[in-house]
Amino acid sequence: MVELLHTRELVTGYHQGGRRIVVSGGLPGLTIGAGQLICLLGPNGSGKSTLLRTLAGLQPALGGRVEIQGRSGLSSGELAKKISLVLTDRVLGSNLDVHSLVALGRYPWSGWLGGLQETDRVAIDRAIASAGIGELLGRKVFTLSDGENQKVMLARALAQDTPILMLDEPTAHLDLPSRIRLMRLLHRLARELNKGILLSTHELDLALQVADEVWLLEADSGAGPAMGGAAGFTAGSGLAGSAGSAAGSFHKGTPEDLILAGIFEAVFAREDVVFDRAAGVFRIPPEGQLQIRLEGEGVEAFWTRRALQRAGFAIVAEAAGTDSMGGGAGVGLVRVLVEEGRPVWVLEAGGAMPAGAMSPGAGAGSAEVARFDSIAALLDGLRRQTHLP
Amino acid sequence: MKVRIRRFRLGGLLLLLVLAFVLDLSSGSIRIPVRDIFHILFHPGSGDLTWGFIVRSIRLPKAITAVLAGCGLSVSGLQMQTMFRNPLAEPGVLGITAGASFGVAAVMLSGGSMATLYAIRELGSPGSWLIAGAACVGAGLVMLLVVALSSRLRDNVLMLVIGLMMNSITVALTSIWQFFSNPEEVKEYLLWTFGSLGGVTGSQLYILTTVVAVGLVAVFLSSKMLDALLLGENYARSMGLTVKRARIIIVCSTSLLAGSITAFCGPIGFMGIAVPHLARLLFNTSSHRVLMPASCLLGAILLLACDCIAQWPGTQTVLPINIITSLVGAPVVIYLLVRRKNLNIYR
Repeated sequence: MVELLHTRELVTGYHQGGRRIVVSGGLPGLTIGAGQLICLLGPNGSGKSTLLRTLAGLQPALGGRVEIQGRSGLSSGELAKKISLVLTDRVLGSNLDVHSLVALGRYPWSGWLGGLQETDRVAIDRAIASAGIGELLGRKVFTLSDGENQKVMLARALAQDTPILMLDEPTAHLDLPSRIRLMRLLHRLARELNKGILLSTHELDLALQVADEVWLLEADSGAGPAMGGAAGFTAGSGLAGSAGSAAGSFHKGTPEDLILAGIFEAVFAREDVVFDRAAGVFRIPPEGQLQIRLEGEGVEAFWTRRALQRAGFAIVAEAAGTDSMGGGAGVGLVRVLVEEGRPVWVLEAGGAMPAGAMSPGAGAGSAEVARFDSIAALLDGLRRQTHLP
Repeated sequence: MKVRIRRFRLGGLLLLLVLAFVLDLSSGSIRIPVRDIFHILFHPGSGDLTWGFIVRSIRLPKAITAVLAGCGLSVSGLQMQTMFRNPLAEPGVLGITAGASFGVAAVMLSGGSMATLYAIRELGSPGSWLIAGAACVGAGLVMLLVVALSSRLRDNVLMLVIGLMMNSITVALTSIWQFFSNPEEVKEYLLWTFGSLGGVTGSQLYILTTVVAVGLVAVFLSSKMLDALLLGENYARSMGLTVKRARIIIVCSTSLLAGSITAFCGPIGFMGIAVPHLARLLFNTSSHRVLMPASCLLGAILLLACDCIAQWPGTQTVLPINIITSLVGAPVVIYLLVRRKNLNIYR
């Protein structure tokens, strides 16, 4: 992998009234390689934009330096031939049409009056094709939707024809299909054009799927990670070590390594959000603390699990019988069966449900309490059984 | 738009400019037929001597002044609209012209009876340079202040309020001077504020031409920078533009243009607003390489036309040019304000 950008002892931040305010210090050496898609993640206020702007040369570093292809201290003109940007600034332009906007990407390469040569035209056409905005060319920029605008700004950055491309929250304001399309496009561009792409985003799910590497910034220790009880019951207890080790304010690695090391939970988990390591997604944690076991396989079991979690149950163990963890046979059990091609939910009582939660008369052991033919009916039945709201 | 259509329209404007120029030479309290105008211009010394004198020493300088002022005010308006990302920006609205007026007032009213505009004219070119210099410095100071404030305020309407306040402050300061000055000086100053294209003759015309030419060259060279600034400062910087240098060039050229034109012609309003918008409408582009020459041509044509109207055809009356440009320009501003959607395009 060809190294495009490298940092040494970088400290980001800004000056305010003569004071030096450090946003991110003690950063390790960061490297952007050709053909690599890197996602910069972190909670609000963790300094993603500051880091991105510092790497892009839009604001000076407080310490250390950024080397681009081995050189530091590039002039703004030289820098513009190395790094192109897509920012969150909304561009409307007085009377600007899409083609002119993309053509502005040739700014660092064109003559001092802005005249375009044949090579410029080729680069513009290629950028338009790569970003897939051929049908937008005649439009005025202020008539574009947010998604279209983002693609046009990407085309402008591609026309700038730089080895490095940086995007600041490119998926903000986009609807879900547009976000996915944009991320896929960036993933493809990194491979096909062998560019080093760095983007900051809040789209963790998407980032985890497309990123070759994740840079994870942590918010200030004041608002630091809460590894409280809430995180405990989805992820289990295998994380005791990583909660403490999350004291450093920066992590990097492939997304999978970071997940397995428990870093995602450490950085993002709060009382009101938990990271489900098994599924790689964030969840709204259940408000109740009722425990229940779940037995079953396949899609039906997956969605039953989701419904139960939403209804306020903590699933203690999926495999019944041989599984002795998490309360064992004493806890109530939902069994998902498929009978004659249709799913059926069977509720069996256990002894360890909260005292008084189960109706009297529901027998001990694994006696069948009721059968349901839909998840709605199951939840309804459970609600009656446990006096949940 | 196709390049050919653009060239065609620019050519059409050039033709229209020549037409307006000749029409301006022929109109006035004494109407001189167009055929005789050509005769007087290309065969000096022959034909009607009175007409020859009128055309060469009164109307020709006036028409040249109109072309210079029209070009200069229009392109400085265009420059400011892009720089402040505000469709209503122009030297008059943002108080730059008021700053220039303040500079002129300071020179005219401070020196006592010695320093009336008439006396300064008698001084010849040093006096003219003094007035032009004072106006450019006044314009530059206000411009710097507005630039400093604009980096804190991103709101278009707030920017305009700042401009209004700038106007008020400079007018108030000028009023203090007026209050303590004697009536003849005040009258002289008031006449100047009405605006006139006719007062620029001899050495003043050379000075005005020189300063406006320097300003225009700087403006044309900034076309590419202005294109980049359409995307806002962050994008402009990411494309290699040194924003500070661009600002200095824009502030200097606008101060030179607005300052020198105001010094010799008085404050001429609304050219800077109306013309760039007309140019955008006509050429349907945002490229400053097209808008600059288009604004120059349109501005010159419009100011020549306003001057023809100011002559009030068929009468001896000559209205101050500022009245005509205001009557033409103010409706354009109202139109832009009413179409608020368009106003926010710049943000």
